[in-house]
Amino acid sequence: MKVLVAVKRVVDYNVKVRPKSDGSDVDLANVKMSINPFCEIAVEEAVRLAEKGIATEVVAVSVGTKQCQEQLRTALALGADRAILVETDESLEPLAIAKCLKAVCDEESPDLILMGKQAIDGDNNQTGQMLSALLGCSQATFASELSVDDGKAVVIREVDGGLQTLELSLPAIVTSDLRLNEPRYASLPNIMKAKRKPLDVKTPDDLGVAIAPRVTLLGVELPAERQAGIKVEDVAMLVDKLKNEAKVI
Amino acid sequence: MSILVIAEHDNSSLKPATLNSVTAAQAIGGDIDILVIGSDCQGAAEQAAQVAGISKVLVADNAAYGHQLAENVAPLIAEVGAAYSHLLATATTTAKNILPRAAALLDVQAISEISAVVSADTFKRPIYAGNVIATVQSTDAIKVLTVRGTAFDAAPADGGSAAIEAVASAHNAGKSEFKGEEVAKSDRPELTAAKIVVSGGRGMGNGDNFSMIYSIADKLGAGVGASRAAVDAGFVPNDMQVGQTGKIVAPDLYVAVGISGAIQHLAGMKDSKVIVAINKDEEAPIFSVADYGLVADLFTALPELDTAL
Repeated sequence: MKVLVAVKRVVDYNVKVRPKSDGSDVDLANVKMSINPFCEIAVEEAVRLAEKGIATEVVAVSVGTKQCQEQLRTALALGADRAILVETDESLEPLAIAKCLKAVCDEESPDLILMGKQAIDGDNNQTGQMLSALLGCSQATFASELSVDDGKAVVIREVDGGLQTLELSLPAIVTSDLRLNEPRYASLPNIMKAKRKPLDVKTPDDLGVAIAPRVTLLGVELPAERQAGIKVEDVAMLVDKLKNEAKVI
Repeated sequence: MSILVIAEHDNSSLKPATLNSVTAAQAIGGDIDILVIGSDCQGAAEQAAQVAGISKVLVADNAAYGHQLAENVAPLIAEVGAAYSHLLATATTTAKNILPRAAALLDVQAISEISAVVSADTFKRPIYAGNVIATVQSTDAIKVLTVRGTAFDAAPADGGSAAIEAVASAHNAGKSEFKGEEVAKSDRPELTAAKIVVSGGRGMGNGDNFSMIYSIADKLGAGVGASRAAVDAGFVPNDMQVGQTGKIVAPDLYVAVGISGAIQHLAGMKDSKVIVAINKDEEAPIFSVADYGLVADLFTALPELDTAL
């Protein structure tokens, strides 16, 4: 079974981003970039399927600038077999990314596509669902458990009320939630080995995909700051303040 | 402008989350219809018809829609939604699962979790875990939007008398199957609808100690939440997680107990009206957003609080 796993290059989760001084966009100059944490979980799940002998090949795919090769090398170091970069300098929206991934899927015909449930930059939570629509295949978002057997994927999903179990016929798209697994660290020998694994580069034009943006970013701003309040001495004072000052209990 | 709100419901009744989208729809302005997709969902449809300010309620009642499977529901939304200028749903896990799929079928770039309506095509939304607010303008003919529930008040659930129309169209992709669910049963109010929320973090130490939180919550009529650390440590189930990747809440009172206040968690509760933090570490970041901070060991503070209430 062939598994395709999508990875996105994003601002590292430890970085607190700020708007540019003119408020046109967030300031990403000289900021540390990493693989999106949810994508890392998806890569880990793909590699575990390979280690169990269920996946025969794991292909990592990214859509973005030339620098995305760094994140693809990370995926290769974690255990993916080869990588594909759809290279473009254009700013990309989920629908455009889904269309590029659709074109790659048409060429690669994977049985299972693993992705993160959302990227921590745009917080869109859309690309997996959109790719699934374009491919006309089944989907399970917010996965916390995945098993694949006999041409079917059984997925436990984290939903608002608790947990939901779905059975999907393959090919299927599964997007990872936080608790799907805990990703491993790449070992130094594997990082060295990853440098020699194949990495193909294509462009949206090669794939015949139009990626023009549909949404215009008019500006960004900081959210309203919350002021710190007061420290109370003890529980009695806290209860008094809540009853008589804030009047919330 | 004609706006279609996709109802959040459990077939028998309409969920309050729907009412936040109705308010967002009113901010856009225009005729507002509600689409109820389900199986034996007449009860939900009748409640939707009572919502103030609704022109009509469309009901697609089919066994294939019973569990809101995206493969079946999204094509129906795309089909019915093609006649509207805006499609809206409150950003629950159900809507987040379905709406982007419907948007792709319509060849529309959806806009997720809007927190304000600037104009009919321009919206504000949080990005980077709520650290930045973006203003975005859609150029698509149909706007497909999910709505952050805490950013819009609930519209009145009654006072309306909209006509109910059936939608005959049935989509059954046959690609996925519902196998079961584990729904947390609780008499406490739902987290996202509760007026008061009491949450515990890693400082609680273990799941059993959450009984102290439950006891206080019950005295206050509060919902109970948790930080990601407490969920990851296995103290409580995932559906209690408050934060950017869990539930977003904005109650009148939020009490954070033994929660340090990671950005991830703050993103899920910082719009609460009054925030109380109880933590033994006076340097904990949670105190920087708390209206009332109590530096104390929670194992002494919680029993005292319980007695005082």
